[in-house]
Amino acid sequence: MNEFSVIGKRIAMVDAAGKTTGAGKYTDDLSVPGMLVGKILHSPYPHARIKRIATSRAAKLDGVVAVVTGKDARNPYGILPVGHDEHALALDKVRYVGDNVACVAAVSETIAEKALELIDVEYELLPGYFDPEESMKAQTDLIHDNKPHNIEKDYHHVFGDPDKALAEADCVMEGRFIANEVTHAAMEPHSTLAAFEIDSQTGKPGRLTVWSSTQVPYYLQHKLSLVLEMPMAQIRVIKPLVGGGFGGKSEVIPLEIIAAIAARAARAPVKITYTREEVFWAHRGRPRTIIDLKTGVKKDGTITAVKARVVQDGGGYCSYGVVTILYSGALLGALYDIPNIGYDGYRVLTNKPACGAMRGHGTVNVRFAFESQLDEIALKLNLDPAEIRRRNLLKPPCVTVNNLRVQSYGLPECIEQVVERSKWRERKGKLSRGRGLGIACSHYVSGAANSIIRSDMPHSTVNIKIDRDGGVVVYTGTSEIGQGSDTMTAQVAAEVLGCSLGRVKIVAADTDLTPIDIGSYSSRVTFMAGNATLRAAEEVKKQIALAAARKMDCAPEELVFRDDLIVRGDDFGKGFAGEGARATQSEASVSGHVEGQILRGSLQQKRKDEGPKDQMTFEEAVVAAIDSHGALTGTGSYAPPLEARGGKHKGAGVGPSPAYSYSAQVAEVTVDEETGEVTVHKVWAAHDCGRALNPVSVEGQIIGSVWMGMGQALTEEMVWKDGMLMNPGMLEYRSPSSVESPEVEPIIVESIDPEGPFGAKECSEGSLAATIPAISNAIYDAVGIRLHECPFTPERVLAALRALKKSKHINLTEGVDPAAPTRFREHGGALCFRGKGPERHALDPGRREATVEAGGDD
Amino acid sequence: MKKELIELRVNGRTHELALEPSKLLLDTLREDLQLTGSKRGCDDSSCGACTVQVDGIPVLSCTLLAASCEGQEITTVEGVSEHGSLAAIQKAYGDWGGAQCGFCTPGFMMTVKHLMAENPDPTEQEVRAALSGNLCRCTGYSQMYEAIKAAIEAEQKGMAAAK
Repeated sequence: MNEFSVIGKRIAMVDAAGKTTGAGKYTDDLSVPGMLVGKILHSPYPHARIKRIATSRAAKLDGVVAVVTGKDARNPYGILPVGHDEHALALDKVRYVGDNVACVAAVSETIAEKALELIDVEYELLPGYFDPEESMKAQTDLIHDNKPHNIEKDYHHVFGDPDKALAEADCVMEGRFIANEVTHAAMEPHSTLAAFEIDSQTGKPGRLTVWSSTQVPYYLQHKLSLVLEMPMAQIRVIKPLVGGGFGGKSEVIPLEIIAAIAARAARAPVKITYTREEVFWAHRGRPRTIIDLKTGVKKDGTITAVKARVVQDGGGYCSYGVVTILYSGALLGALYDIPNIGYDGYRVLTNKPACGAMRGHGTVNVRFAFESQLDEIALKLNLDPAEIRRRNLLKPPCVTVNNLRVQSYGLPECIEQVVERSKWRERKGKLSRGRGLGIACSHYVSGAANSIIRSDMPHSTVNIKIDRDGGVVVYTGTSEIGQGSDTMTAQVAAEVLGCSLGRVKIVAADTDLTPIDIGSYSSRVTFMAGNATLRAAEEVKKQIALAAARKMDCAPEELVFRDDLIVRGDDFGKGFAGEGARATQSEASVSGHVEGQILRGSLQQKRKDEGPKDQMTFEEAVVAAIDSHGALTGTGSYAPPLEARGGKHKGAGVGPSPAYSYSAQVAEVTVDEETGEVTVHKVWAAHDCGRALNPVSVEGQIIGSVWMGMGQALTEEMVWKDGMLMNPGMLEYRSPSSVESPEVEPIIVESIDPEGPFGAKECSEGSLAATIPAISNAIYDAVGIRLHECPFTPERVLAALRALKKSKHINLTEGVDPAAPTRFREHGGALCFRGKGPERHALDPGRREATVEAGGDD
Repeated sequence: MKKELIELRVNGRTHELALEPSKLLLDTLREDLQLTGSKRGCDDSSCGACTVQVDGIPVLSCTLLAASCEGQEITTVEGVSEHGSLAAIQKAYGDWGGAQCGFCTPGFMMTVKHLMAENPDPTEQEVRAALSGNLCRCTGYSQMYEAIKAAIEAEQKGMAAAK
C-alpha cells in the first residue's frame, strides 16, 4: 500500500474541465447589468510635464458617462511600502510612453475610443533617460524629484572578505554580461470590473466589489483602500480565473484602480480590459540588467569569492524594484558554497514602463552571468563543467555567509540525473561541429520569508468547514493563476482527512469569504498555503477522530483516515502525521496499549451484539463529530519560522526563505554558422521540488519554466527606440511557438523538505534561470563562442562567429554588436537605424578601417 | 452604424441577432451570445485564443465579421463537449496538463479538433505544425503533445469498441 492516497498521484487539475470547455470565467468574461466600458488615454511622450488636461469635449460626447483624470484620485501608491510613487492617473508628470493620463467610461468601446481623441492634453516635454548608465549621471529633470541621479535604490553588501579572497585566489575571471528586457506576456490581457453597491442605510454608493485578474487580491484590496480613501472592509476583491501571471499580475496594475475611480465617477459598474499593446506598457517584467561579475577560484575549482556589480534598468516607477535588486545579490548565495560575497546593486529609473517581478524574480540574469563565468573558469582550469559545480556544493543543513538557511538540498542528485540522462560523459565535447551540450544550475525561494508589508500576521490562513453532507469546503485566499494552487489545496486537504478528492470544494481568493493570504508570488503557495491547509485539515481531523474513536471504542490515535473510510490501524498512530501526532501524544500514553487491549476486547463483544463496528465511513464519522461537538471547522495558518528570516543587515529581508528549490539542466543545441541561428533540441531539466504533490503539475511547471527561459535565451526581447517599444505584439515579441520549442525532459528530484507540506517545495520558478546559461554554455561547446549578451539572436551569434574567425578578441557588450548601429543602443536592439546604414563596431574585424573609438556614435 | 438582422448558426443552434455589419464574430459570440469561451489575447490576430471553426475550418474569430458567417456552421469551444461530458481531447488536456492557466485552451481545442478530424494519425512534426498558429505561455507545448496522443488513442479505442 502506498504511503499516500491522493498526494503524489498524477491527477487533472480540479478546474481543468472549466478551462477545456470554455465554461470557466475570466474577468473579461464577466458582465453585470448597466456595465460601462473604460478606455484609458496614454501618454505619447516618455517624459513630460502635464500642463493642462481638457476633458469637457469628451465628456459631452453622447454615450460618455464619465471622464476621470489624476485629480480624481490623488493618493500615491505602490506595491512596496518604500515605493509609493505611482498615481493611477498621472497628476503632474508622465514618465513613459504609455503612462496613464485619463480614462473615459462610456456605453461602448467605440464611443470610449472616440472620446479619448477629444481629450486635449498639453505637455511640456522633458529630456528622457533611456539607458540606465546614462540615467545615473542625470543632474536635472529627474524622473522622480526625490531620487537623485535617478537611482531608485542602491545596495552595497559585503559578506566575508571578498577582496582578500579574490587576491588569494588562483584564478580570477572577470566579465560583463547583459541580459535584455523581457516581459511576461501572459495570454490573458489584464482586466478589471469594478462595481459599487448602494448602501441601504445612507442611500449612497457604499461597498465596492472588484473582480480582477490579479495574483494578489489582498494587496489589491489594501491599495484600493489607500487610493480611494475607503476602509478595507468596504472593499471586496474577487479573483476569477486568471489567464497566466508570471509576476505580471503580482502587484496593483493601474487599470485596477482606474476602473474603481471611473466606476465611482460614473455611478455605474466599469470594466476595463487592456489591449495587448497596453499589456506591454503595463509590463512589470524582467529589467535589462548589466552585470559586472568577478569570480575567484582555487586550482581545484572551489570558489573563494564572488563580486558582482549589477545595474538594472527599472523603468519609470519603483514597482518591485527594490526587491528585484536585492534578490539579484542575495541569491548569489544558497546555490553553491561561496564563502565571500561582495555585491553592489543599482536600481535605476528610466523613462520606460516600470519593471517588476517576473518568474525567477531578480535571480535569472545574474544566474546567466554566474553560470556562464563558471564555465569559462572550468575551461581555464581544464575541469569538466559538471565537475566544477559538484566541487562547490553546499553541505546542508547550513546557513550561508549572507544568512540564508538551507535545509533540503537536492542539487547533487539533480546534477547526477541530468549528467546521466543526457549521456554527458560520453557526449560532451565529442559531438559534431555545430552541435553542443551545456550544463547549468539554479535555485529559487519557496516563498519569501518576509512579507512585503512587514507585520507579524501569518502569510497564509486557511479555513475548513465540513457539514453533515460530508462535503469538505476549503476557504483559502490563494490565487489560482494556472499553476495549480486550487488543486494543491484540495489534494492536501483530502490527503490529511483521508477523503476522496471529489469531496473537496475550494472557495478561493475572495476577500469577503476567504482569510488573508498574501498572494501568489515568490513561489510561496505550495509551501505556505499548503502548510496552512495541512494544519487546518489536521485540526478538523482531530475533532472527527475523537468522535469516531468514541463510536468505535478505541483511542483516536489508532484510527487511520483513508479513502473515505476510518479504520482502526494496526500501526499505532499511523494515521496522524506531523503536528497532529505531537498534539495527541499525551492522550496516547493515557489510553495506550494496555487499555487499548481492553477496549478492543469490549469492542469485539459489542460487535457480537450489534454487528461489525470497527470501521466508519467518512460521512458517518463527520455526522458523529457534528453531533458531539457542533460545527466542524478548522483553521490553520503559516508564518515562516524566525530562524529562516535572514540576517540583520540593510536589505536582509529579501532572499531568505524557509526552503529553496534546486535545478540542474543540460541543453543540447545546434548553431547554424551560416545564419547564426541557434536551435535547442533538447533540455534535460532536473528539479528538486521537495516532494511532487501532483507530478503532472510539477512537470508542467518545469517544462514551462525551461521553455520561458529558452525564450529569453534565444528570441524574446523588448526593443526600444527613444522610449518607444518597437515590438508590442505577441508575434513581434517572439514568444516561441510550438515549432520552435524543444523537447524538455523533466526529471523530478524529491529531497523531502523537513518543513514543507508533505515535504514539498516550489517547482514553478527555480528552473527558469538555469536554461539561459545552459544554452549559452552549449553554444560555446558547439562553436566556441562565448556570448555575453542575451537573447542570443542570429545577429549576436554571427558577430561573435566573425570575431572568432578573425581570432581577435571582441567584447560584444562593450559597445554594440558589430552588425548593428552604435546609436540607439538603449536596449540592444538592431531593428532599425538612422542615417547611412549600420555602423560596424569599432573592434569588429569586418570593419574596413578600425580607427573609431569603441562605442562611438555614428 | 445601423444594425442589421442576421441569422447565425452556432453550435447547432440558430440565433437571430441584430448586429452592426462591422461587428466581429468574436465580439458577437462573447457579447451577444455570452459564449465567452473564445478569448481575445491580442490585437493583431497573432495568438489564436479566439479560434473557432467555421464549417469545420479553424479560423480566427477576431478578424472575421459576424455578418460574413451567415449560413455557415460555427462551432465554438462550448460546442466541443459531447452529450454533456468532456470530449476525449478535453479530458486528455486535463489529464496530461495540456492546460495550465487555460486562457489559450479554447483556441487549442478548436485547432486540435480540426487536426484530429483531418489527420487521425499525425506525426509529432505534423502536430507541431498544426499548433503553431496558437500561442501558449504556460506549458511550453510539450504536455499538449502527450494529451493529443492520448486523445487519439482514446478515440480509436472508442471507435473500436463501437464496431
